[in-house]
Amino acid sequence: MQEGAGDPGLYDFAPYNARPKINWPEGKTCAVWVAPNLEYYEIDPPVHPKRKPWPKPHPDVQGYGHRDHSNRVSHWRMAEVMSRHGFPGSVSLSVALCQHHPEVVADGVARGWEFFSHGIYNTRYSYDMSEAQERNIIEDSIKTVQDATGQRIRGWLAPALTHTPRTLDLLAEYGMDYTCDLYHDDQVQPVNTASGDLVSIPYSLEVNDHYGFFVYNMSGREYADTLIRQFERLAAEGARSGTVMCIPLHAYLIGQPHRIGPFEEALRHIAGDSRAWLATAGDIVDCWKGQQA
Amino acid sequence: MTLDKNYTEYPNRREGYDHDIYRWSAMHERAPLRWPNGKSVAVWICVSLEWFPIIPSDDPFRAPGHMVTPYPDYRHYTAREYGTRVGVYRLLEAFEKAGVKASFATNGAVADRYPELVKEIADAGHEIIAHSTDMNGAIASGMGAQAERALISQSLASLEKVLGEKPKGWLSVARSQSFETADLLKEAGLLYCCDWVNDELPYRFNNGLINLPLNHELSDRQIVTVQQQSVDSYADGMRDAFDWLSREAAQYGGRMLPLHITPYIMGLPYRIGGFEKLLTDLTARQEAWFAPGIDIIESWKAQQ
Repeated sequence: MQEGAGDPGLYDFAPYNARPKINWPEGKTCAVWVAPNLEYYEIDPPVHPKRKPWPKPHPDVQGYGHRDHSNRVSHWRMAEVMSRHGFPGSVSLSVALCQHHPEVVADGVARGWEFFSHGIYNTRYSYDMSEAQERNIIEDSIKTVQDATGQRIRGWLAPALTHTPRTLDLLAEYGMDYTCDLYHDDQVQPVNTASGDLVSIPYSLEVNDHYGFFVYNMSGREYADTLIRQFERLAAEGARSGTVMCIPLHAYLIGQPHRIGPFEEALRHIAGDSRAWLATAGDIVDCWKGQQA
Repeated sequence: MTLDKNYTEYPNRREGYDHDIYRWSAMHERAPLRWPNGKSVAVWICVSLEWFPIIPSDDPFRAPGHMVTPYPDYRHYTAREYGTRVGVYRLLEAFEKAGVKASFATNGAVADRYPELVKEIADAGHEIIAHSTDMNGAIASGMGAQAERALISQSLASLEKVLGEKPKGWLSVARSQSFETADLLKEAGLLYCCDWVNDELPYRFNNGLINLPLNHELSDRQIVTVQQQSVDSYADGMRDAFDWLSREAAQYGGRMLPLHITPYIMGLPYRIGGFEKLLTDLTARQEAWFAPGIDIIESWKAQQ
């Protein structure tokens, strides 16, 4: 990025109505990917000068316990529902989960899920990291996920969505294919980096379960309806453009007993629509790249 | 500006948790539980009975629901008091009509100030759980073990004075604990706490104290007050939760649905009807076992 400039120069302007159509396999119009965030939040992390990890003094029992619900209860509830309707996961992984709860990571591996890095912990923020520190978390991520899953990570969602001006250049330098940190589009798009071939894949804040439940204060049924509306529109437009819909999840939110039932109905709806291509982030990026001149 | 070198060092990165309070366990891998009489979903109603002093304390933090305006905040002081003067009596009548017993997480100050209310609840067969001293009685690291010990014992003493015995359960203000709380609750003779929302069944801490998870996501405070949903949306959510848990129970064994209720929220005239309808629907479900926390704990303990 252009550090210090008003426009960080992350990408070039590319109007939605003037792009070549992207064709998904078998004539599908909307590539749908599900991004479960498998996270570990530390109970007593060091405090970053720019962001407190917890609102309460440590231990923040309710905050920590809420996240821990994922790793004891709701991961399997969420994962079962996804598997039942044919959705592979593309996992945004706090890679230290490979050490703390390898059982959760192994479950994703057994389901054939793809893994990318979401930093070491979701309680360590990248702001103000030195280049050496930032290289350290990237190299740690590559090695940790390789050891635990046999996969070379291809993508990145910054830990707690925290970056430095050099993050995207470093990701590209290490050969990463996609970033989930840019929210400017409904299609895969090129990213300007010093080297490499990094693209942005649409993740989503707007239909992220965290936004649904804690920004927009939706009920479980309202969130399910939101996912269906998002899909219906993108699938219809995709006949002309080829769209991407991401469903970003956190088991401790979507896997609560009052939300998971309506969520399953939304997945059933999308999986039952012949316009939907249920894919992983890597599949979508590869298919898009194959259609670039 | 640069970060400390140790910001990318992780001394507690190891198998299991980064603390020693309890051990990891996946709920779906545990031996299936069976609740009494062949029931599969325990419905635990827990009502918070709170007294908010009109002079709020911000040390260590201001409790949810506490005073909002500059002193004197008549508006919030009295609207909270509505719960213990009126709302709770609507709830008690609703429980009686539905034939269900609940737990009441009660500030010691409510027993000091309104002993006849606490006695009436206990006499009706409901359980009293200790809920600190009053809504200025939040616990957090930094207050010191001595102050924390005093707060716990004052809460228990106020309740014991009215009940003739100490409660067995504990709910902290805002579910907030220090690193010492589990040990101090054990030392005070308590059997269980309800603060950790990381599970949906009882489990034991390493020190022997039991945690009965009172899911804040399912509370009327979260759904109605924070997320500003209607009582009908709240009740639909609880019906959806019950449906899900009863299906899960058929495969994995007994499940639990905690309903955390606040009298000044749910006991309002325009909401109580929706809540009564929820009770009618859930009590009609043959899988449902309505039980106070202590009965759920005892049933669980007998199966360990």
